[in-house]
Amino acid sequence: MNKSHLVKDLRAKDIKQESSRKGFGRGLLQAGKDNDKIVGLCADLTESTQMMLFKEAFPERFIEVGVAEQNLVTTGSGMAAGGKIPFVTSYAAFCPGRCWEQIRTTIALNDRPVKIIGSHAGISVGPDGATHQMLEDLAIMRAMPNMKVFAPCDSVEAEKITLALAKDKSPNYMRLSRADSPVFTTADTPFEIGKAQIFREGHDVTIVATGSLTYHALVAAEMLEQDGIHAEVIHVATIKPLDEKTILESVAKSGAVVTCEEGQINGGLGSAVAELLGERLPTPLKRIGMKDRFGESGEPNELLEHFGLTGTHIAMAVHEVLDHKKLRTR
Amino acid sequence: MQASARNLCYNHKQDMRQIFSIEELELKANDIRQDIIKMLVAAGSGHSAGPLGLADIFTALYFNILKHDPKKPDWDERDRFVLSNGHCCPVQYVTMAHAGYFDKSELKTLRKFGSRLQGHPERLRLPGLETTSGPLGCGLSQAAGMALAQRIDKAQHRWVYCVTSDGEHDEGNFWEAAMLVGKYKLANLTVIVDRNNIQIDGPTEVVMPLEDLRAKWEAFGWHVLEIDGNDIEAIIDACNMAKAIVEKPVVIIAHTIPGKGVDFMEYDFYWHGVPPNADQAKEALKELRTLGGKIRSEHE
Repeated sequence: MNKSHLVKDLRAKDIKQESSRKGFGRGLLQAGKDNDKIVGLCADLTESTQMMLFKEAFPERFIEVGVAEQNLVTTGSGMAAGGKIPFVTSYAAFCPGRCWEQIRTTIALNDRPVKIIGSHAGISVGPDGATHQMLEDLAIMRAMPNMKVFAPCDSVEAEKITLALAKDKSPNYMRLSRADSPVFTTADTPFEIGKAQIFREGHDVTIVATGSLTYHALVAAEMLEQDGIHAEVIHVATIKPLDEKTILESVAKSGAVVTCEEGQINGGLGSAVAELLGERLPTPLKRIGMKDRFGESGEPNELLEHFGLTGTHIAMAVHEVLDHKKLRTR
Repeated sequence: MQASARNLCYNHKQDMRQIFSIEELELKANDIRQDIIKMLVAAGSGHSAGPLGLADIFTALYFNILKHDPKKPDWDERDRFVLSNGHCCPVQYVTMAHAGYFDKSELKTLRKFGSRLQGHPERLRLPGLETTSGPLGCGLSQAAGMALAQRIDKAQHRWVYCVTSDGEHDEGNFWEAAMLVGKYKLANLTVIVDRNNIQIDGPTEVVMPLEDLRAKWEAFGWHVLEIDGNDIEAIIDACNMAKAIVEKPVVIIAHTIPGKGVDFMEYDFYWHGVPPNADQAKEALKELRTLGGKIRSEHE
């Protein structure tokens, strides 16, 4: 019996739809109630990032820095120096996109427990277009020492991660999505920093997914089941530090891997898994993600389809990687 | 009578209050300059002009202005001091050693492998540093964050000081911070600008003109004081005045001479980012020891 406690029918027509940023907003409000050291800073996007719930409840602990992301993170570092636990929010394209060096020097190297929240990550940002669709955040943040990196798969998990970050002593980055997406985990679905969760067990192929694409990976696994392929789906909410043990154990069993993320395949989760397997367990691998290109305007589902980020595309990649596996074992 | 009282300053150290006259502080600054030259020549790389120009400001801060305790660097009631232009750390390291944070013998390890005295200051390596700095333009916003945290904690009796260079006014982050502090009227934050008119590529007014600097700060909601940044009495007076101005944050534009105290380094942007060689160091130390030829060196 799987212990992931997901909703029973993933493809139910009436499955709840909600963006992960909503879960963050609720989580931050709760964290603020639990601990008066929590402070919120925002760069003129209080409603978009859902920090408004915190702002309304704790106006004296909210700092509006204006459209100034470099100032956002460095002021956050200073507040952490003053004993606070700052959550700093903007769009991921601007924070960490614009203020990466300030994060590196004043938060990561300086080891201040600032919680960097980048909303509107991924292609599913939609109509705003390429400028606002942050696809490189996982790569740039994963490269930074001292930094833990998170990508929730739905709003329920985003809320859990937010509460965990409020208690974690180190610098953190969490990406969030603008678009609504299916809420398929439940209050009982486990989350632990640094631990990947096996959302579906199987032995023919390992699908390692993060963020919103974990849902699509599970849909792909259901499609593959009809072809007699038993896919194991591992959800990686903590991209760094990567849960190497869970991934290696699964891949040792399956001998084939597909990675899935709503971001560049260069430098993100796909790279992290490829680096791990290249050194420890060379295995046929395909990476689903943005293939070294920028996005464009469109509706989220239209864009996911166009750029090859749906369950169907993941299932096709599994067939390809299984062909490689057969060639190797022949 | 009044003049002698003005010349007596006391140090607010937690465990001991020492009285220093302005003359004693000036001699201390001279000692600090000599140690800066010695540590730079031992390191073989590093910045000369800024640290020498800042020696009077750092002497005033660590021996008069700051409430701090070198034996308890994490004392909660200390004032916070942020060095934004981290490349000037030689003057901070030397002044901290003189104040008793660590033994002066450690100064010769500057920039060496395994040293706590990194080429640019790292908080995690050396107790007594409030932050890690070097990349320019982001010290003021960290100081602002500290002042904001103190406001939430109703601890505005603790003061936050931030020393910045003039060259780093080129950074956008710098003005973002100036705007934020102006907005929140963080009156327990005092900024000291090391206005020495040089940066790596040349004079500030050639590389990227900053004037009218006073008008710029005033437009961002700050009260501006302008002083001779190599006059210790003026530095102390300005910091005391800054504490009395409660309706606005205060910036002290401190006009300093880059390379101050070493004739061949003064005013010359060449010395921004290079150390003296052995011969130059000897000449510099002789000048400092004789106070520019006014007294005989004890080494003669």
